[in-house]
Amino acid sequence: MRIRSISTATAGVAALALALTACGGGDGGADADGGDGGTITIGVKYDQPGLGLEEGGDKPVGLDVDVATYVAKELGYDEDRIEWTEAASANRETFLQQGTVDMIVATYSITDERKELVDFAGPYYVAQQDILVQDGDDSVGSAEDLAGKKLCSASGSRSAHTITDTMEIDAELRETQNYSECLQLLTDGQIDAITTDDTILAGYAAQQPGKFQLVGQDIQEERYGIGLPKGSTERCEAVNEAIAKMYEDGSAEKFLDANFGEANFDYDKEQPEFEGCA
Amino acid sequence: MEAFLDNSGAIIDGFSWTVRLALISALFSFILGVVLTAMRVSPVPLLRGMAAVYVEGIRNTPLTLVLLFCGLGLNSGLGLSFHESVQWNVYWLAVLGLSAYTACFVSEALRSGINTIPFGQIEAARSLGLTFLQNMRLIVLPQALRSVIGPLGSVLIALIKNTTVASVAGLGVQEASRQMKLMFDQGVVPVIPTFIGFAIGFLVLCLPTGYLFGWLSKRLAVAR
Repeated sequence: MRIRSISTATAGVAALALALTACGGGDGGADADGGDGGTITIGVKYDQPGLGLEEGGDKPVGLDVDVATYVAKELGYDEDRIEWTEAASANRETFLQQGTVDMIVATYSITDERKELVDFAGPYYVAQQDILVQDGDDSVGSAEDLAGKKLCSASGSRSAHTITDTMEIDAELRETQNYSECLQLLTDGQIDAITTDDTILAGYAAQQPGKFQLVGQDIQEERYGIGLPKGSTERCEAVNEAIAKMYEDGSAEKFLDANFGEANFDYDKEQPEFEGCA
Repeated sequence: MEAFLDNSGAIIDGFSWTVRLALISALFSFILGVVLTAMRVSPVPLLRGMAAVYVEGIRNTPLTLVLLFCGLGLNSGLGLSFHESVQWNVYWLAVLGLSAYTACFVSEALRSGINTIPFGQIEAARSLGLTFLQNMRLIVLPQALRSVIGPLGSVLIALIKNTTVASVAGLGVQEASRQMKLMFDQGVVPVIPTFIGFAIGFLVLCLPTGYLFGWLSKRLAVAR
């Protein structure tokens, strides 16, 4: 394609900008109950294998996506009325506050600081910080065994600092941009272990079955909640009911097995204790 | 401002690594740059070709890719390690990448400096019986260097700023911009003042560098 003039190019850029702003409008977080033919906009991760990964299909895949689909259906939105949006970690509060999305299901840990800004339903799963090593490496049985070992974590993640600062275990840190790079370093033997949420580790391990193993430590819990705009108490109750039903009818276990079955991950089959809605 | 001052120790530590990366890389890239320049104007076609391929190849590759290759390619894939400890190993890998990249720009600057030398001088030196290396050492490089001090200052300023890539390209080296991101992640500092503070830190490093090289280039200019 040759752009003949500046005005054509400008028009193209303008059209693109319009298209971008038109995306993810949703219905502004209004408490629609799905009966009015509207859509629901859900923010998920697009780069987390096993949780929310964009693979070029018509929707992302992973546990978060399955949970979100199930919950939306319970709220009255069939799959064809869900609009998926990528919600990077840094954008999650902003998206909910500005009404860019109606709901966030993106490894969103419930914390007191975040509760000030948004409402949480759930948790739908409680992940544990764990350690991933090469398959057959038995030298790491617990976090204490990481002393003197080389440990990888993605920049911006607090998991590695929990080990080195909070637990004061003398591990050497190697920092990368994301966990895929950590996995590459672990494969090549440049580092000994990776630490972060067991769900994230299992998601990566499931991509390459038989190459890695989870140590199975519960170092720190991360309670994955479903983020809603502040003041959505009614919808929060409805979402909690949906999560409870998901565990009762066996769907939760089905989702967990489908996404993490390949990783020998001993996931939790029990429904977590709810936080309760504001 | 208070939050910024409370973290002054961490900030100074970050900038000290920036300076360490820049100085050591500047030294290596200068040496490599001179060698590459000598190769590019040498009478041996093979050396000329090799240097040209190297300079054109690396100069047109983004620094992020060069450093990523040092971290994930050389270190992880091929098992190249410089040091027992992770911190120093990634530091030297970053120095390797930064030096290999910056040397191309040093070499290009020097080559333009050689073009300022009247060709008669080089011819005269040759007819006096000086070898290629003597000609380079006594006639060409001293004059070329003195005429490109200004451009070399720009290369050094670019290098100081380029050290910030070393923390993001699969290496995670400690330097100023990584320290800034860590402070953001801990959520202990206001964003805008911190950005401004770190930008001023880089100005403090780069401005005097620019002035120093400007002054040097006036002082040492070749009178013709």
